[in-house]
Amino acid sequence: MKVKYFAWVRERVGLAEEMVEPPVNVRTVNDLIGWLSARGEAYAYAFEKPKVIRAAIDHTHVKPDAMIAGAREIAFFPPMTGG
Amino acid sequence: MTTLATIRIQEADFDIAHEIAALTRGRSDVGAVVTFSGICRGSENGAPITALTLEHYPGMAEAEIRRHTDEAMSRWPLTGLTVIHRVGRIQPGENIVLVLAASQHRQAAFAAAEFLMDYLKANAPFWKREESATGTSWIEARGHDDDAAARWTKS
Repeated sequence: MKVKYFAWVRERVGLAEEMVEPPVNVRTVNDLIGWLSARGEAYAYAFEKPKVIRAAIDHTHVKPDAMIAGAREIAFFPPMTGG
Repeated sequence: MTTLATIRIQEADFDIAHEIAALTRGRSDVGAVVTFSGICRGSENGAPITALTLEHYPGMAEAEIRRHTDEAMSRWPLTGLTVIHRVGRIQPGENIVLVLAASQHRQAAFAAAEFLMDYLKANAPFWKREESATGTSWIEARGHDDDAAARWTKS
């Protein structure tokens, strides 16, 4: 699946997007945050406060307990500040 | 009657009078157009800024705005809706966002415009980074924007 990062999450990870293949025991958005955080210091820094991070699956906002099975694109970003 | 909202995300500025005319031209059933325009302030939390840079999530931003305009259309008798959100670098005094809500009567237009702005603030995937003499930093979300959006939730 494709993972996208925006705003300071993107800056901290150091990537705008990447393809990932998490193991089958990574079932929810929260699991994915934990799995990504273990990939290195940049990820750990980006996700150091997981409660602040918002997520979307295929362009729809989701909660941390949302299942990721079947997702094409998952995005992580800070609370929005548009308008 | 089918009414489709106009949604645009663009770097260029917009012309408010031109956008209002597009909602009223050639029809006589529009009695009210409410305009909200959001403008870049020259300060953030009391400190001067030199510019904002707006980032967005292409694809999701349009989809999220469309969900909200669809909801507004279903809740109020509107004759038209326009949402334009700028991205890129914007300097103090420049336009950031435009919401136009048109209806036969003012109440629906006022309510729909306010609903859309409250929802855009809290849910549309845009992020502002400020530039000042001391560097750049991401603007933090405000809790009262979430509260403003929540008050429209049907119980």
